[in-house]
Amino acid sequence: MRNDGTLDRRAVAAALLRDPGDLLVVTGLGAPSYDAAAAGDRALNFYLWGAMGGAAMVGLGLALAQPMRRVLVLTGDGEMLMGMGSLATIAAAGARNLSIAVLDNARFGETGSQHSHTGLTTDLAAVAGACGWPSVEVARDMDEVEAFRLRLRQEMLFAVIRISPTELPRHLPPRDGAYLKDRFRRSLGIADTNLQL
Amino acid sequence: MTTASWQAQVYAALKRARIRQIGYVPDAGHAHLIDAAQADPDMRAVVLTTEEEGIALAAGAWLGGERAALLMQSSGVGNCINMLSLPVNCRMPFLALVTMRGEWAEFNPWQVPMGAATPAVLAATGVHVRRADSPHDVAEIVAASAALAFESTVPVAVLFSQRLIGAKVFEK
Repeated sequence: MRNDGTLDRRAVAAALLRDPGDLLVVTGLGAPSYDAAAAGDRALNFYLWGAMGGAAMVGLGLALAQPMRRVLVLTGDGEMLMGMGSLATIAAAGARNLSIAVLDNARFGETGSQHSHTGLTTDLAAVAGACGWPSVEVARDMDEVEAFRLRLRQEMLFAVIRISPTELPRHLPPRDGAYLKDRFRRSLGIADTNLQL
Repeated sequence: MTTASWQAQVYAALKRARIRQIGYVPDAGHAHLIDAAQADPDMRAVVLTTEEEGIALAAGAWLGGERAALLMQSSGVGNCINMLSLPVNCRMPFLALVTMRGEWAEFNPWQVPMGAATPAVLAATGVHVRRADSPHDVAEIVAASAALAFESTVPVAVLFSQRLIGAKVFEK
């Protein structure tokens, strides 16, 4: 298994996040956070700058807390591999308002572009399917990516998108976690705990 | 006081603290709490594959306006270290109830190193550590710890001592 991805990651992110409405977006650390910021910074984007392996589970807690809204986790293959057990946890929890899109370049891009497992032996889509995800897809062209845009907002879909390993200039979102959290909650109309008293 | 009765009081304390999601890695010492959470239509009980998932779950719950707690055993504390940067960095509340192994009449030597390191590891990663030794005040300690976590917005772990939960007995 070798990486066969050719898609431009920024074009993919821009397509998936177009007309986001009130979509709740959680991004995994590294390039997916930059991709989402480049597509347009917004209060309902929560960017992880660390906590590697945690993006999907942040998405689950959010999806359970906001069952009337849609949650999209946008992450990379390395981040998803580190949290692979969460694919089992999320499937077992049956969070129908949560989807995950993995931008898969088969590399650890932030650390020198070392090959990841998805370019060696591991098929993340098959892993998700085996964990019990009801919908699992792989995209290799932009028409397939376009089709994912709505499905990711309607189904419990685990989508792997084969992207080119080309490194792009970083587009840095805010990295103050407390700020990102506060503006996200305020945008949802959640009052500060101390103001509820 | 029986184990079931003090654990029922602890569950009631979690409910009074308006906890709505409970992530857990099973432990015999948490069995009653897990059963109660699963039977409660107003609680989401989420079985985890590893403890750090519960920290990320709680962070997501807080982003969405809900309160979560994590039930785990001391052997899983080491798994949590890097993920604790999430509540610490984002100034989010976090509440973990940790059953202790490796400290009181422990049969299994593999439980001893992580059990001994648990309070220091949690403190080193920015978690406020409380300890419950007696069935008579464990629910009160959980209630006070939940208040600290959710009103002062800090991570808090309550260690349930092995003497409290009872040393695990291995029969030949």
